[in-house]
Amino acid sequence: MTETLKREEVVAARGIKVTFGAVKALDGADLVIHAGECIGLVGHNGAGKSTIVNVINGGLSPHDGSLSYSGNETHGISAARANGVRCVFQELSLCPNLTVGENARIMHAELKGWNWRGRALSLVETQLREIFPGHSIDCDLSIDDLSIAERQMVEIAISFAGIDKRPKLVILDEPTSSLDAGLAAQLMAYIRKFVAQGGSVLLISHILGEILSTSDRIVVMKDGRVVADRMASEFNTRSLVEAMGNVVREQEFARAAAAKSGAAVLSMPPRRGHGLSFQAYRGEMIGLAGLGGHGQTEALLDLYLDRNSNWWPTQKREIAFVAGDRSLNGTFPLWSILKNLSIASLGQLSSNRMVDRGREDELGAGWKKRIEIRTPDMHNRILSLSGGNQQKVLFARALATTATTVLMDDPMRGVDIGTKQEVYEILRSEAANGRTFIWYSTEMDEIRLCDRVYVFRNGAIAAELVGEEITEKNVLAASFHEGDAA
Amino acid sequence: MKLSSGTIRLIIPAVSLVLLLAAVFYMQPRAMSYTGLNLLFNLAVPIALATIAQMLIMSVNDLDLSMGTFVSFCACVAATFLQSSPVLGILIFLGAIAAYAIIGVVIHIRGLPSIVVTLGMSFVWGGLAVLILPSPGGTAPTWARWVMTAKPPLVPMAIVASILIAAVTHYIVMRSSFGVLMRGVGGNDRSVERAGWSVIGIRAATYALAGFFAILSGIALVGLTTSADANIALRYTLLSIAGVILGGGQFVGGKVSPIGAVIGALTLTLAGSFLSFMRISPDWQIGAQGAILIVVLALRLALNRLEKREKSQ
Repeated sequence: MTETLKREEVVAARGIKVTFGAVKALDGADLVIHAGECIGLVGHNGAGKSTIVNVINGGLSPHDGSLSYSGNETHGISAARANGVRCVFQELSLCPNLTVGENARIMHAELKGWNWRGRALSLVETQLREIFPGHSIDCDLSIDDLSIAERQMVEIAISFAGIDKRPKLVILDEPTSSLDAGLAAQLMAYIRKFVAQGGSVLLISHILGEILSTSDRIVVMKDGRVVADRMASEFNTRSLVEAMGNVVREQEFARAAAAKSGAAVLSMPPRRGHGLSFQAYRGEMIGLAGLGGHGQTEALLDLYLDRNSNWWPTQKREIAFVAGDRSLNGTFPLWSILKNLSIASLGQLSSNRMVDRGREDELGAGWKKRIEIRTPDMHNRILSLSGGNQQKVLFARALATTATTVLMDDPMRGVDIGTKQEVYEILRSEAANGRTFIWYSTEMDEIRLCDRVYVFRNGAIAAELVGEEITEKNVLAASFHEGDAA
Repeated sequence: MKLSSGTIRLIIPAVSLVLLLAAVFYMQPRAMSYTGLNLLFNLAVPIALATIAQMLIMSVNDLDLSMGTFVSFCACVAATFLQSSPVLGILIFLGAIAAYAIIGVVIHIRGLPSIVVTLGMSFVWGGLAVLILPSPGGTAPTWARWVMTAKPPLVPMAIVASILIAAVTHYIVMRSSFGVLMRGVGGNDRSVERAGWSVIGIRAATYALAGFFAILSGIALVGLTTSADANIALRYTLLSIAGVILGGGQFVGGKVSPIGAVIGALTLTLAGSFLSFMRISPDWQIGAQGAILIVVLALRLALNRLEKREKSQ
């Protein structure tokens, strides 16, 4: 600790207070980042992590407290950028209509003058190769044409790239949320290299393993304050979760035994003409595993469209869908929390084709209590909620319907552990009541919760794991079979 | 070679233009000449310029409903002040460009819907046009007349002008740094802002540039018609929007194509002539024009689907 104190302060935020109306987003938070260190920042959703990031990158001016870059007290987006602060945001912040090179032009104002296209392209390509060796991204494509993981890789590469001077501090907000294990490991290795060369990284992640293995120092936030700030070696998963204020719950391995009873609720022939076929039985929790983007989402969509017409509304819905990309196809951003929740069950809520307001409010109040949506009023805009709470509303939307099967497309992306635990519990009890869950997840912990797991590879089901066979080792082995791992 | 999605979006407008042209030539072989082509596409030049102006506004996710009245206003100014006292005319045009920049700033700062603001402005421009030219009249500046009636060798002026407009705007919008920033604002303004750019400045510049092209459209129109009228270009509002969409542009997301927009404007002009050659009575022409639009847009949707299906495989 004494050693780091002697190093140059890249950013020092002390006693920062930010309030949004009555909500204290930051209540006197301190965060000092020195050159050549990687700081892990953890905390619940709504603990103030994103707010302090926005203060450091200049997007928000603090209402109280001092903020200095390399010793100079100043603030604003351009001041932050001039001092070498770069930020990779949780929600992707590239322009989807532009090519990779053009996005680099926007992020790097220095790329001007003759042949900036060529220079931008070589800049991104070099950086991509350095961070993710062996990637296969075509930098001439527009961002639209890239997969979500590729977009994240491009954004990370653009942020780490430097023309005249390298960035001093790169803030990574959930950088691995869409990356599979292999790419995440490449990124973590690069972060260590970058830090060793004197750069600093502020790493925000819900994957505690990454935080523990990659950071030098870990800062824990809770309710807008920093509650712990110690060397990473002094933490382990349990103490880290305790510091965040969650109690580590022992994982229940009481899987529903012999769940395969009766006829399959859903089934699908082998995809792409090879691999295994898919079956789901009543009350089962089925995981779709494998590396990101190997056909899991498409399989979910096919299952959904198999039962629900693309054209006509179905009278009695048997399947509900929880979207993964909540800003793209989950929430109605202009609507209230209640409207977002009740949209899927308006059929049950209406009499004579008119929505019964009383029953709608009742439904909202019930779910608010059951899944603890943290809001004073269900009529507030959905965007007033933190990301994790928005996701809870989307869960409630699916669970409030009469659907017996719920499809989930990696819904826990960027949700904090506390919320996850709450949702897992609800899922368990719903499954016990006979609902079937089909769950695509990129996180091993979630896959381990399932009764049965189908591992996808190259668009087809490569393996089926049941009960005790579901281990990280087996899933990985099935995802990378026959040496065709790209 | 793998086609980029931008190229694929250009194919449909190009193919529909060629098909329409082939149909016109089939019905009226005499149109297949220097004069014939010039007559067919003459009126496309001002429409193409107005379409480019609309496309610039649409590239930052806005829509300009005052395009028609603004072009009419510019035509009136061109036929009066620009002709009689060029300095005053140019000053008025500079003022109009500044007004467009201010509209962009106001829309951005106050977070107003561009449709409402420009709809309001359309009455302002319309009123000013009536004040300048209460009854049809005025004279085109000689140089505007000369440019629009020039007869370059081999290729008629209308085609040369269209290609020139497409090339220049393609360079500005698709190749230059400013174009990248402009489309970036349409794609994700927050990320442009976070990168340290002034989104207000970009929006103001985009609006000013749109105003400039709309002014060119007004001058070109007067150059063709020799005189002006306060209502001369009212149809341009919808024609320009249709031209952008026809040319592969989209209402939101900063996906625009200048070459496509010019082709879209040419297609729209040609659709009118095509219907006349078909001897469809003027009563039905607007409906038939709409039908052509629907067919082309349906083709585009089908192609989009095909593209998506290819991507998911």
